[in-house]
Amino acid sequence: MYDTPFLERNIVTQEVKISARDCQVHYGDNHAIKDVNVDIEDKTVTAFIGPSGCGKSTFLRCLNRMNDTIDICRVEGRITLDGEDIYDPKVDPVQLRAKVGMVFQKPNPFPKSIYDNVAYGPKIHGLARSKAELDEIVEKALRRGAIWDEVKDRLTAPGTGLSGGQQQRLCIARAVATEPEVLLMDEPCSALDPIATAQVEELIDELREQYSVVIVTHSMQQAARVSQKTAFFHMGSLVEFGETGQIFTNPRDPRTESYITGRIG
Amino acid sequence: MTDAAKTPTARGAKGVSLLAPDAHTRKRNAAEARFRIYGLVAVGIGLFFLVALLSSIVMNGIGAFQQTGYRLQIELREDVLDKTGTRDIENIKKVKTFAYAQLIRAAMLREIEKAGIDTPLAQAKVTGFSSDLDPMMSDGARAHLRDLVLADPGLIGQTIELRLLASSRVDGYLKGRVSRDSIARDKNLDTVHLDLVDALRSVGVVNTAFNPAFILGSDASDARPEQAGMGVAILGSLFMMLVVLVLSLPIGVASSIYLEEFAPKNRFTDLIEVNISNLAAVPSIVFGILGLAVFIQFMHLPQSAPLVGGLVLTLMTLPTIIIATRASLQSVPPSIRDAALGVGASKMQAVFHHVLPLAMPGILTGTIIGLAQALGETAPLLLIGMVGYIASNYPDGVASGFLDPNSAMPAQIFEWAKRADPAFYERAWGGIIILLVVLLSMNFIAILLRRRFERRW
Ligand SMILES: Nc1ncnc2c1ncn2[C@@H]1O[C@H](COP(=O)(O)OP(=O)(O)OP(=O)(O)O)[C@@H](O)[C@H]1O
Ligand SMILES: [Mg+2]
Repeated sequence: MYDTPFLERNIVTQEVKISARDCQVHYGDNHAIKDVNVDIEDKTVTAFIGPSGCGKSTFLRCLNRMNDTIDICRVEGRITLDGEDIYDPKVDPVQLRAKVGMVFQKPNPFPKSIYDNVAYGPKIHGLARSKAELDEIVEKALRRGAIWDEVKDRLTAPGTGLSGGQQQRLCIARAVATEPEVLLMDEPCSALDPIATAQVEELIDELREQYSVVIVTHSMQQAARVSQKTAFFHMGSLVEFGETGQIFTNPRDPRTESYITGRIG
Repeated sequence: MTDAAKTPTARGAKGVSLLAPDAHTRKRNAAEARFRIYGLVAVGIGLFFLVALLSSIVMNGIGAFQQTGYRLQIELREDVLDKTGTRDIENIKKVKTFAYAQLIRAAMLREIEKAGIDTPLAQAKVTGFSSDLDPMMSDGARAHLRDLVLADPGLIGQTIELRLLASSRVDGYLKGRVSRDSIARDKNLDTVHLDLVDALRSVGVVNTAFNPAFILGSDASDARPEQAGMGVAILGSLFMMLVVLVLSLPIGVASSIYLEEFAPKNRFTDLIEVNISNLAAVPSIVFGILGLAVFIQFMHLPQSAPLVGGLVLTLMTLPTIIIATRASLQSVPPSIRDAALGVGASKMQAVFHHVLPLAMPGILTGTIIGLAQALGETAPLLLIGMVGYIASNYPDGVASGFLDPNSAMPAQIFEWAKRADPAFYERAWGGIIILLVVLLSMNFIAILLRRRFERRW
């Protein structure tokens, strides 16, 4: 797929999974996200690009309410998942996060065994009724994380003992093990070598069949390779959002153009 | 490049040879070497004091673990102990320790005769009434014999071999604490006694042996240092530590988790935080007087009880545990919390499944350090009456262990150090050895626990 020219890609518009309207984020006095409106589609990979500090991670963390853990962070506006406001007081953020999984920039496996890392999510959500079922879930998740062959003989070894790339794939496996509907990935490949990156990108492409995937990346090539939709952020605002092919070949905003051609950022 | 450029001296402007360090490097190396020497000297001084301290403690205190005694064949004469011959326990109880003293004297005189020792102490007196021998024996010896007979009246009529304690002065003579010069002013003991002791020692009747009663026994009154032991005070300390552990660990850990992980950061929690840090610096005697006012005068809990001691020490230990627990919670990387929240764990699940296990070694170390501090604390015990109490009885049962008056290890040591007789002074040093051994084993346990928990990554 990597070689397919953008314009020839078969673009199918899916139904909207997450939509944000007039989203504002403040860290104390710092207005980090300004008036962001975006529709993230189901079964689609959406890439967030933009210069460092423009608020990509901040906006991503709004989508599963991870910002709740930051005391000074204030989120305003309306963000909906399948039409339901996720910031509604009746919503339990924990339940939301089970539906909207997250993979972090730095691989952060639990200091437990590889098996326990993946089994933890299904266990606390009660997805497995027996040990055999849990084993099955773990194996499936590790296979989807493209790491099963490397770790199948040492599932009891500590997850922290893996290489950086393996750890990141383990974290992806851990995230998919809970069967989320949306997967948020914050620069998942920044710690990986080209081979591991290629594996993760392939994985993302597979995940698209079932999930809505949002990926933050600093690599234009990566955004171009894996995503169908791209959002360009600049200084807290969403400057441009559209088909990846259109953004990279025919950007409408001059700021987008100068960023992807390497003049700002 | 010319040939001349190959020799180091002929290099260009920036060509200084690496083989000969320049002035700047030499200076820096000298400073580093000096610093290393300062460090070594500091460590050396520290080690020297440590060794000096430990060796003086051991030299002064090791004697307390040994006690001098006589090995005697004691004839438990029926005509003295049970004139009716019925072995009626009530009758036997009527016989006072004075009668047992006669039996001991007689046994001693037999040993003197057997060994052919010529001593004025054995002459002139009717057999069995040479009370001149009494100062050589511990006052406790006759009571010990009487207890033995009361426990088993069947012994009456037999001759039993028994080791009976010598008086503290004879003990001091054998250990070098009492000399013939210092005895001159002593009204109780004469040089003739010492001559006799020397003679008895050469035939093996008197010897110094390991004295388990010092570790297991109870405290004794001023007149009988040779009988005093730490056992009851150790038990008192144990009961106090139980109270401290059971109260301060859950309270301390729960409040630290709440403050660290759940509490909103505002003025109020800041105030609490500052106050906890301040609490750790409050002198322990303040907690003592607080305990006296609240637990004893207001709540009417019994005085000198390990329960009250434990409560007071809990107040003292809590800040230590809270500070240690919070530090170890803070040292758990936030990415672990994110990871747990990211897979949909609740805050509490994240803390209890992931953060707490990682913080456990730190929490345990903090707890044991807090306990060790509490174990050695004396000042607050002063105010609730655990110092000065003669811990002469073992508590019967667990409830009485918490509620009956008792002493504690440091209080017992303080008590002995206060008494006039140098024999007690030796016991104070011996008590310090026991205290240090207990503290070292606690630290050892802390290290073991740390290892055990850290192995689970
Ligand atoms: N925890 C925080 N507390 C306060 N300010 C924050 C916090 N996290 C981010 N910010 C601020 O919000 C703004 C956006 O940060 P964000 O991390 O979202 O940028 P980013 O686009 O992800 O950058 P990068 O590409 O470097 O990761 C920055 O100005 C940053 O200083
Ligand atoms: Mg970021």
